[in-house]
Amino acid sequence: MKLPIFMDNHSTTPVDPRVLEAMLPYFTTHFGNAASRNHSFGWTAEAAVEAARAQIAALIGGDAKEIVFTSGATEADNLALKGVASFYRKQGNHIITVATEHKAILDSGKRLSREGYDVTYLEPAKDGTVSPEQVVAAMTDKTILVSVMHANNEIGVVQDLAAIGAAIKAKNPKCLFHSDAVQAAGKVEIDVEKMKLDLVSLSAHKMYGPKGVGALWVRRKPRVRLDPMIDGGGHERGMRSGTLAVPLIVGFGKACELALAEMDAEAIRLRALRDRLYRGITSQLAEVYVNGSMEHRLPGNLNISFAFVEGESLLMALKDVAVSSGSACTSASLEPSYVLRALGVGDELAHTSIRFGIGRFNTEEEVDFVIDLVVKSVNRLRELSPLWEMHQEGIDLSTIAWTPH
Amino acid sequence: MAYSDKVIEHYENPKNVGTLGKDEDDVGTGLVGAPACGDVMRLQIRVKDGVITDAKFKTFGCGSAIASSSLATEMIKGMTIEQAGTIKNTQIVEELNLPPVKIHCSVLAEDAIKAAIEDYKKKHAR
Ligand SMILES: Cc1ncc(COP(=O)(O)O)c(C=O)c1O
Repeated sequence: MKLPIFMDNHSTTPVDPRVLEAMLPYFTTHFGNAASRNHSFGWTAEAAVEAARAQIAALIGGDAKEIVFTSGATEADNLALKGVASFYRKQGNHIITVATEHKAILDSGKRLSREGYDVTYLEPAKDGTVSPEQVVAAMTDKTILVSVMHANNEIGVVQDLAAIGAAIKAKNPKCLFHSDAVQAAGKVEIDVEKMKLDLVSLSAHKMYGPKGVGALWVRRKPRVRLDPMIDGGGHERGMRSGTLAVPLIVGFGKACELALAEMDAEAIRLRALRDRLYRGITSQLAEVYVNGSMEHRLPGNLNISFAFVEGESLLMALKDVAVSSGSACTSASLEPSYVLRALGVGDELAHTSIRFGIGRFNTEEEVDFVIDLVVKSVNRLRELSPLWEMHQEGIDLSTIAWTPH
Repeated sequence: MAYSDKVIEHYENPKNVGTLGKDEDDVGTGLVGAPACGDVMRLQIRVKDGVITDAKFKTFGCGSAIASSSLATEMIKGMTIEQAGTIKNTQIVEELNLPPVKIHCSVLAEDAIKAAIEDYKKKHAR
């Protein structure tokens, strides 16, 4: 077993060697511009891009022609929200999304608010889920777009998009439905028809593809329109100009093909590893709390608060393991995770949270190593923690007059 | 973020971890910070003839907070309570090479020292 162990597969993933192999010829031999229509270099590149479109569309049950390549999901999210908001401005100015979305959605919403749009941020239930009833209740005759992420990047909670999509369209068939499916793609099934989706954001580097490429899937039947954010040569049906990054796109396509082919077996393997990690930790440590629904959850995700142990200090102890924390100390803002806050997790527990993201290249041996290290480190840090001592003495910490700073 | 070697050393081998009897007459206890802010320090001193003969701490917080309190207990041992009361957080920042985002950890350690002295003095006010 090699150290350090990478168990932060929600932040990014390594490129699968099979993906890299598919990409390599497109850097050197087949380096043509996919928009060059007048020679074989261009044709070869174009054919590769079209093949990738089909591979990507297949993962979500869409059509190859509906894929719009972007620089990543941040751009896809921006394009979905701002592009739709701008194009459908005459029909309405109301957009609904969720408080636990990625910043690419939340900050796009913020900008739209400043420009006169009305944005509703739904508060999820304690387990992180959003109900169809909740979405529909927020819809007005001005609502042009609902955006609900499929799986959350911190807590791995998976939303019931089929139920939400059906409810939205039952209330107003014209209201568009977008999902940031970055974390769900290749992990759980996505079917744009069953889910009645109109737009879907994807990113290659979360699914063992390269960084710097993503896509917005945009439904053609019935046709969904949007105003582009980048003008130029009119690539991607005018929705996103710019020379296509052919090697990255080829890798993205290959990554989708592999993810689809291996999804069912891999989900079983990941869930077994995740459950092993969960049992290993919870059977040996008291006062640990899972954040978010254990039932509606990505197979490889575990997000746990280790009460009385601050998250960054635990990360320091886990220096041979790459994981991440919702502790304020790990962010520049000095605020704990807004996702955990939205679930109603108190700040004192949010500071103690650790996110484990188990991925394709993690092994049982690694999980066992992590369990031992976590248990040892939490025990050591609790011996250092005045809060743990007070808790052991039966003192109710909420009765203390703390001095916030 | 990369930690300085000194922070890592104190984090991995913290000095003076422990608890003194908070009701004992010669012990002063400072408890500062808040769980909701992600750091709480408890620093305790034992005083004899105006001199700090022992110091203990426990800290809930990041590595820099643990290192700051560990260093603080080392610094004040053997000092008079007057000397200890003049310790500035900047001394801790310098010694541990704390980056700007971690300065609040040193402030908290300074506050913890002052709070422990205050508590001791209160016990002996009569
Ligand atoms: C849910 C979600 N949406 C969007 C993004 C942004 O994706 P990208 O890194 O491709 O811009 C991420 C990754 O951080 C994510 O987890």
